[in-house]
Amino acid sequence: MSGLSTTSAPRAPSSLRLASSHLDEMVAHCLGAYPEEGCGLLVGDALTSTVAVVHATRNVAASAQVYTVDPGEHLRIDRAAEAEGRAVIGVFHSHTHTDAYPSPTDVAQAPDPTWHYVLVSLRHEVASVRSYRIVDGAIAEEAIEVISI
Amino acid sequence: MPEVNLPTLLRQHAGGQRSVSVEGATIGEVLEALQSEYPGMAGQLVTPDGELHKFVNVYLNDDDVRYLEKLDTTVLDRDMVSILPAVAGGGA
Repeated sequence: MSGLSTTSAPRAPSSLRLASSHLDEMVAHCLGAYPEEGCGLLVGDALTSTVAVVHATRNVAASAQVYTVDPGEHLRIDRAAEAEGRAVIGVFHSHTHTDAYPSPTDVAQAPDPTWHYVLVSLRHEVASVRSYRIVDGAIAEEAIEVISI
Repeated sequence: MPEVNLPTLLRQHAGGQRSVSVEGATIGEVLEALQSEYPGMAGQLVTPDGELHKFVNVYLNDDDVRYLEKLDTTVLDRDMVSILPAVAGGGA
């Protein structure tokens, strides 16, 4: 069973728009969290799939194999985002020894089919970052469009 | 009545409202009232065993109810209850 169910499909187009600094922030946080998985939330505009802020969060699972975003941080980030007219539009986390592709655990626990799921693989010397949509157990990779903000 | 902030995915079951007010003196009663008033939420908040579903986090004001009294946590009329999806996964 996956997370909260919905009857709405994710919006097209399927691409995630962000600044190169956002990529750097995600990779830096995941490297800092190593050997545990690093994680965080993406806040921005859901309609345009554009990231405004990357929020690194604590992995309360404190594990090299799984992650859980700190629920208290999630609440604070969600409230602040809504107050600014934004929303949490996705999550990022690292795979420390596997590729940047959603694991069965990621798919089973994907909390929201409208979100963007960014994977940071630290398997190789150079980190790999990819983004996906996960809807009803189906994984679809989407483009990451680096924009100037 | 306590106010309940809904996550995006549950708003569709409540006519698009971001928050609703329902009766309840405990978190369990509030969630039960929610599911009763908005049947589309049924089964998404509480398990058949009567436990808080692992895919959701419920907060009383600023506190995760799992660290309070869970579904037995007392709720007052002036309290704000928030529901968010649990965000987890991993490379395992």
